[in-house]
Formats: sequence, C-alpha cells, structure tokens
Amino acid sequence: MTLAALQHHMPLLVVLMPLLGGLLVAIVRHPAASWPIAIASTAASLAGALALSREVAANGVISYALGGFPPELGIEYRVDAVNVLILVVVTFMALATLVFARLSVASEIDEGRQPWFYTMMLIATAGLLGMAVTGDAFNAFVFLEISSLATYTLIALGRDRRALVAAYQYLIVGTIGATFYVIGVGLLYLATGTLNLELIAERLPEVTSPRALLAAEAFILVGIALKLALFPLHAWLPNAYTYAPSAATVLLASTATKVAVYLLARYIFGIFGLHREFGEISGASILILLSLAAMFLASAAAIFQNDVKRLLAFSSVGQIGYITLGIAIANSDALTGAFLHIANHAVMKGAAFMAIGAILYRCGSERLDDLAGIGRAMPVTGAVLTIAGLGLIGVPGTSGFVSKWYLVAGAFEDGKGWLGLMIVASSFLAVLYVGRIMEIVWFRQPGRVALAAAEAPGALLVPMVTLATLTVLLGIAASWPAEMAHSAATALLGARP
Amino acid sequence: MTFVETLASEATRYVIVIVMVAGLYTIIARGNLIKKLVGLSLFQSSVYLLYLLPAKIFGGTAPILDDRFEVYSNPLPHVLILTAIVVGIGTLALGLALAIRIKGAYGTIEESEILARDAAKAEGKERGA
Amino acid sequence: MTALFSDASLLVLALAIPAAVALLVALAGRCPNLREAVSLAGALLLAAVVFLLLARVLGGARPSLHLATIAPGLDLALALEPLGMLFACVAATLWIANTVYSIGYMRGNDEPRQTPFYAAFAVAIFSTMGVALSGNLITLFLFYELLSLSTFPLVTHKQSPEAMRAGRIYLLTLIGASMILLLPAIVWTAVATGTTNFTPGGIVAGHVNPLGMAVLFGMFVFGAAKAAVMPLHRWLPAAMVAPTPVSALLHAVAVVKAGVFTILKVSVYVFGLDTLRETGASQWLVYVAGFTIIAASFVALSADDLKRRLAYSTIGQLSYIVMAAAIATPAAAIGAALHIAAHAVSKITLFFAAGSVYTAEHVTKVSRMNGIGRRMPWTMAAFAIGTLSMIGLPPTAGFLGKWFMLGAAGSASDWFAVGVIVVSTVLNGAYFLPILTAAFLKPAGGPVGEAPVAIVVALTATAAGTVLLFLFPDVPLRLASAMVAP
Repeated sequence: MTLAALQHHMPLLVVLMPLLGGLLVAIVRHPAASWPIAIASTAASLAGALALSREVAANGVISYALGGFPPELGIEYRVDAVNVLILVVVTFMALATLVFARLSVASEIDEGRQPWFYTMMLIATAGLLGMAVTGDAFNAFVFLEISSLATYTLIALGRDRRALVAAYQYLIVGTIGATFYVIGVGLLYLATGTLNLELIAERLPEVTSPRALLAAEAFILVGIALKLALFPLHAWLPNAYTYAPSAATVLLASTATKVAVYLLARYIFGIFGLHREFGEISGASILILLSLAAMFLASAAAIFQNDVKRLLAFSSVGQIGYITLGIAIANSDALTGAFLHIANHAVMKGAAFMAIGAILYRCGSERLDDLAGIGRAMPVTGAVLTIAGLGLIGVPGTSGFVSKWYLVAGAFEDGKGWLGLMIVASSFLAVLYVGRIMEIVWFRQPGRVALAAAEAPGALLVPMVTLATLTVLLGIAASWPAEMAHSAATALLGARP
Repeated sequence: MTFVETLASEATRYVIVIVMVAGLYTIIARGNLIKKLVGLSLFQSSVYLLYLLPAKIFGGTAPILDDRFEVYSNPLPHVLILTAIVVGIGTLALGLALAIRIKGAYGTIEESEILARDAAKAEGKERGA
Repeated sequence: MTALFSDASLLVLALAIPAAVALLVALAGRCPNLREAVSLAGALLLAAVVFLLLARVLGGARPSLHLATIAPGLDLALALEPLGMLFACVAATLWIANTVYSIGYMRGNDEPRQTPFYAAFAVAIFSTMGVALSGNLITLFLFYELLSLSTFPLVTHKQSPEAMRAGRIYLLTLIGASMILLLPAIVWTAVATGTTNFTPGGIVAGHVNPLGMAVLFGMFVFGAAKAAVMPLHRWLPAAMVAPTPVSALLHAVAVVKAGVFTILKVSVYVFGLDTLRETGASQWLVYVAGFTIIAASFVALSADDLKRRLAYSTIGQLSYIVMAAAIATPAAAIGAALHIAAHAVSKITLFFAAGSVYTAEHVTKVSRMNGIGRRMPWTMAAFAIGTLSMIGLPPTAGFLGKWFMLGAAGSASDWFAVGVIVVSTVLNGAYFLPILTAAFLKPAGGPVGEAPVAIVVALTATAAGTVLLFLFPDVPLRLASAMVAP
C-alpha cells in the first residue's frame, strides 16, 4: 500500500488499528505479548490521528466513504476540526493509560485475565474513536455499544465484588441510554430517509412533522446525556469509576464521557439547533440549568466522599457541567472553552486517577483516611495529584484556568455575566474538595499505610508526570490547543441550522 | 384499506409502545437481576419492531431487483436491526454473565439483598477498625 | 559590557539565574562546599544583572518581554518599571547577604536537609524576581503563588509537628486568600477592563463604579495576604518556627515584601493614585491599616519571644506601606516605596542579629538578653541600628520613608494617619529600646563570644546598608519618583 493510499484510508485506520490490536491480543493471549501489542496499535492510532489533524488543518473536512459507497447508500467517515480534536485526545489518553497500565494491571488483575483486559481496553478505545469519526447516526450507535460493552467488562474486572454490581448497573443504564438513542435515530430516519448526519441536516427543513423531530431530539439527547453522565443522569458514574481497575478508570474518566459530549454537541449544533423551544423554555436554558446543577451539586457531593476515586468521580460529573455549559452558551469563546476543557480535563483527570492508581499500587488502599501523610512517602505522586487538583480548581498556571477563562469570557460576551460569576463561585467547591485531599496528603501525620509506602516505580511515574507537566504547560502556552478548540468551535457554529 | 392493513399499521404501533413500556417497567420495578435483563430485552425488541414496521410495504417484495416487480420493501432497516440484534445479544450475554458472577460473589441476585450485604460489610469493616 | 545584553535578555537572565541555581544546588547536594559556592555565585551574578537593569531603568528604559499567550488578552509577560526595579534591587542585594548568613547559620547550627533548603531558597528568589518583573496581574499572580509554595518547605524545615502546624496555617492563609480574593479580583479586573497589564495611571477608571472599586480594592488588599493586614496576619507569627535565615527571607526579602509590593503596584498601576484619591475607594483602608499598626505594636510590647516581637513589628511596619498606598498621594506612594527598601534592609539586620544570638548562646527570650550587648558587641550594635530604623530615627533608612509618609498624611489633611504614625513611633520605641538598654547597660555576665564569622559579616553589611541608605537615598528616591511621575 502506498503512502498516499495509507493517507487516504487514515480515517478508517485510526479506528481499525486498536480494534485489530484488540483481536490480536485476544488471539495471542499471552500476558507478556499483550502490552506491546496494545502500545503499538494505540501509538499507530495516535500517529494517524495527528496526521489527520494536520490534514484537516490544511485541507478542511475529510470525507471517507466506507467500501466506496456514496454517503446516501453507505457509511461515511467524516473528519473535521471538531472530531479530529476528539481523536487526538482519545488516542493520546489511551496511549498514556496503556503506558501506565503495565504495572498497575499486573498488580490488580489475575495473570490469566490480563490479555482480556488489554483486549477490552483496545476495543473500548476503538469504539470511542469510531463514535467520533463516523458521520452516520446508526454507525455511531454500533460503536457506542462496542465501547460500552468493552467498558462494562473492564469495570467488572475490578478487584472488589462491588465492581460486578457497578458494571451490571452501568450495563442496564447504558443500554437504556443507547436504546433511547437508537429510537431517536429511527425516528429521524423515518422523517428524512437517511442516516447520514449531513444529509439529515440537509433534509430536515423539508420534514413536515415537527412532532416526530421533537420526539427524535428528546430520545437522542436523553440517550447521549445518560452516556456522558449529565446531571441528574450521572448515578452510574461514581460506582463505575470507583470499583473499576485503576487503569480502566483512567481511560474512562479521560475519554468515554468526552466522546459522548462531542456527540451531544454534534447533534445540538449539526442537526437540532440549540434554541428550539420546548413549550415556554428553550433547550439552551434547560442545558444551562442542568450544567449549573452539575457544577454545584456534584462538586458539593464530592466534598463529602471518603474514597478518593469516588471523590474524583463526583468531581468529573461537576467538570462535565462546565463543558455542557460552554455548549449551552454556544458562542465562539464558550465553545472554545468547552472543547479546551474536554482536552484539559482529560489530561488532568487522567493524571489524578493515575496518581491514585500509583498509591493503590504501593499501599493497597484508596480510602481518603489511609492517604494521610502519603505525600511525604511518595512526593512525586503527591505533587502530580496536587497539580491535577489545582487544574480541577482552575488555578492560573494550569490548563484548567485557561478553559474556564474562555468559558467566563464567553458568558460575559453573551450578556450572561452571572454565569461567569457562577463558574467562579463553583470553583470554590473545587477548592474545598481538592483542599481536603491536599490537607490529608501533605499535612496529616503519616499513618500506618503511608509509613510503609515508597515512591511509585518509574514506569508509573513517567506517564503521570507527563500528564501533570502537560497540565502546567497547557496552562501557560495555550495557543496550540486553543487554536484547535477554536477551529472546532467555528466549525460547529458554522454548521446548520 | 382492508381490515388487516388497518390492523397492521395501527395496532402494531400500540403493540410496540406496550412492549417498550412493559420492558422499561420491568427494568425499573423488578429487583431480580435476571428479570431486569428480560425487561431490557423486551425494551430492545420493541425498538426492532419500531424499525421494521415502516420498512414493510404492502405488496412489496424482497429487494432483489427483477423486471417482474415494481415495489420492494426497504432493506436498510432490516440490515440495521440485524446489527442491533447482534448488539442486543451481546449485551444480554454480558448481563447474564455478570449476573452469574454476582451470584457467585454475593450468593444472591436480588438487588436489595446485594445492597444490604454491601452495607453490612462496610459497617462491619468500620466496627472492626 | 552593557551593549552585550539586550534588555529582554537581561530580564530572562534575572529569572534564569536563580532557576539555574536551584537546579545546580539540587545536583550538587553531595558536596556542601560546591553547593554553597553555587548559591553565592548565583547571588552575585543576579545582583550584577539587576544592577545592569537598574542602570537602564534609571536611563529611562522600560524593558519588557512577552513570554507566552495563555488566552487572547491574557499573556505571560515581563515588564520592568521603577517600582519593580526597586523591589528587584532589594531582593537581589539582600539575597547575597542572606546567602552568606545562611552558610554561617546552617553550619553553625548543624541543620539537617540543607540541600533542599538552598534549592527552595533559590526557587523563592526566582519567584520574587518574577513578582518584581511581572508585566501584568496574571503573571504576578503566578509568581506570587509559586512564592507561597516554594517557601512552604522552608517554613516547615524542622518538620516537627509544630513546624508542620505552622506551615499549614501559612499555606492555608496565603493560598486561601489569594484563591478566594486575589484571583477573582484579577478576573473581575480583566473582564471589566479587558486587560491586566500594569499601566501608569491605572486601568480601572471608568470601568468600575466607585463602590465596586472600593470592593475590588479590598479584594486585592486582603487577597495579597502576604502583606499581613489584620485580620489576615496570623500566618506571620506562626511562621516564626522556621530557621532564622528563612524568617529573614520571609520578612525582609521576599514574602511580605511581595505582599506590600502587590498592593502598592495595584494601587499605582491598576487603579491609579488619582483614581483612588478622587473616588475615595481606598479611604477605608487607612483605618484598617492604622488599626493594624497600633494593634500590632501593642502585641509586640507584650511579647517576650524575640522573634515574635520582631514578627509583630513587621506586621506594623507593613501596614505603614499599605496605609501610604491607601492615602494615595504621590508623596505617600514615594514614602511607601522607600519604606519597602528601608524596612527590608533594617528588618533583615534585626533577624540576622536574633539568629546570631541564637547561634551563639541559644537565647530566644527578650528577658534573657541582659548584658548581651557586651558579650556580642558587633551583633548588638547592628541590632541597635536596625532598631533605630524601625522607630524611624536618623541616621537610618527608616527615617526616610516615615518622613515622606508623615508629610503626605499631613498635606492630605489625614489627621488619623498622622496620629497613627506618631503614636506608633512612640510604641515602637517602647518595645525596642528596653531591649537595647538591657543588652548594653546590664552587666555582661559572661565572656565575649560572637557568632560564626559569616553571620557577623552579613549582619554588619546589612547594618551598614541601613545607614548608607539614609546617607545616599538617591537611587531609590529616583526610582520612587519615576514611579509616580506622569
């Protein structure tokens, strides 16, 4: 295959590489071979995503017809400035997670199951990438289910028996969400006669039955909202994050919800339009309300958790609120902030969960009380956790500040200054829950657990220090990601209707 | 429109809705993990029907091009639902597997008992500490 | 020589030297002599760079450098103006003295963990230079926070439960206040005015109404908790558990000065003195600062622990600067700027002397200092000079700043401020002079024995500096005047 052909098939290859890697791992099924295969296929996928991002920046939208069928008949993979950002984030975070996973998985999962774990990691990644890259509504459902099924399995591989229950509950909720989504897609198909997102948008004005559309919109948005854990549909998330193996939590927290957010933005801006009226109130105001609820209530709930992973999980629900808030405000700055936060939150939450994973690796506990004084035994891990925490608060000098800055600017630009104040005010809740971790990690007298602990091994430190460095770097020289996020925002705002 | 046609186009819609709601109700109201999965399957099946109903065109034939036929059924929904059924089977299999593992770990598949056992264990741990 | 470096490269060097020192110190940890040679060489180099910059700033140059863009309108940028130059000079010069002193003190007391100590010290100086050179609020904030973080290991150097408790108060107060007040104030300013750049004449005029301005000013003043305006002053006495060179760093060179520097800088370059005066947005602060001065003096009067007495003296002296910023006339601002320099050099002398007494005789209580002036003549002579400067008597530097402030308060007809300065001067005398009389007039009660020579050299130098600054106030005065010149 020539280089040009490789380039041409890149949208497909990005998805295919982790998928095939997953199959290969399952076939070889050898603990020592799994990790290299996983790393290689994910790294290849990351390289592909970066190549795509360069090409999109240079030539605009890439349309790839699967099997050569035109979009009316076949499935179209469509890469533009919006989803190329998601592709880069997902592949990068998947790679970082896999680098971290080697030791972490070896200590948390039985040897016989390790190949399966890597298989599931790769298939979940492939599913997420497929969701992002596809331009076909039904194909997105298939990829959604692929990644979801792999995710349920990943969670169920956790050490605690409660992981099984968490996986089961997530399976039920996730399947309901996916089925809702597919109902909505069915209604759209009935109304427009196509499954291609672009064509749907083109044909929507001719649709005569607004009720079918309204029903389709309700089903699709609620289905996706379940997947992205939009408050109050977030109940599955804390248990899933808490009981999953550390590496799986890192992957989930930094990628899964982000892709769902992307899909939400795609449907809102590409198809339905934000300012549709539901009776008295518009869709935008509903989304603002839910986002605010997430930012305040979920963050407040985070303060009172006794398990660090659960605390960070609630924090994730809150942070997703910022992203959806940016989507709801829907001007250039706010959307740029939302997309920046997708990337920035992925990186810092990944770093935070990796630090917790390293503590679990060394101490075998992730209860908040057992972390007392751990910063003195594991200073680097503690520092990573601190930087990630500062990022969650949105302290200047971390990437969290940059995305919040854009959000605040967007809110003021839209004449919704009070939303800007809300963003600042909700950050104080983050100060409290992060402060609580910091207090325990650094200021408590080291307990039994901390005294027995030592600094995490280098193989765990490398990925998490990388992510922490990135958190700081993207907070200081933020023009490159901001440009990507900005062109994503522009692409979305330029889309119909 | 014949009686059969009316029945097919109107009544099936109601059937779809009834199956859908019955499925959802079972998921929510039943504490037994297996029964929940049955509900989930019902719920998914209703969606299969939702897709297949409009694909059937009266008098239409299977979509194999031939000079003798003018009207064909739409093949796409069938294909889609074939995929959806596969996904549904996968989900059901994974759900059942999880139920078996839960039975092994907890000795029960009643949701309330599982929660009670977890709560008891957490309490016991605190008392032990 | 001067043509060798561009303005921008000098700015970079002023940050790069302490950063490099931190790195080299960490690498050279195994070899104490090399480590301390690196520290000292770095301090001397930094001072050279700063003086090159000083020559250019006095020549009218305003070097600036854009480092990175965080978001549109939000940059990481350096820009040197007279006030920042003054602060940089103070910090760079005193770093030399402090390094010499640290070597004597740390060795004399056989302190553990000296490598992290010197490394954190260099990072603190790096942050201080960053604060001095920062060209906008956001850059200032970043270096300000880094300063809090880098001094935390210094405060908790002893790692005893008491030190950890003090470190907790230290960090919680400073970071908490800056997160809850300073950062929102910066965001408010940025949103209201569209910029965070320091601009002569201020940027908020016309964008914020007078009441909002008073609130915003309050958020800046209390957000910069390093200035220790009551009620956010508790961290300063708590941090006294640290080794003496650290206390000197906190009180004289870096931390508290970064606080008052921020307040003065915000008054001059964000609000603008004219705006503050016309709107009366800072009037309330005169009373708060005045109260702080008097209350701190009373606490100092009753403190037996020498370092605690010095700590409360610092709180009072800082509020002079804050009060002058609040009076917001050009003369008051000049007085405030001069007092930053004067207080720095004299308070470092006092702490050096206190540390010297501790190193030689392990005395920490005022009540046990009888006759110590006869046993340690150099140390206590320097202490006496520092004391005179605190009270504001000639021929010491403290006189200058106070004189300007008193004059400014008088010509602004702010009789409350005049009263506070007069009363507090009497109180300062009341809690410092008894130490001197006891030290020199009571019988020696023991043999003559000075502290290690590095300590004596350092404190003699700073004491001499206190007098020299009075005799030759030309450079700081020119800088301070350039600050308020239109």
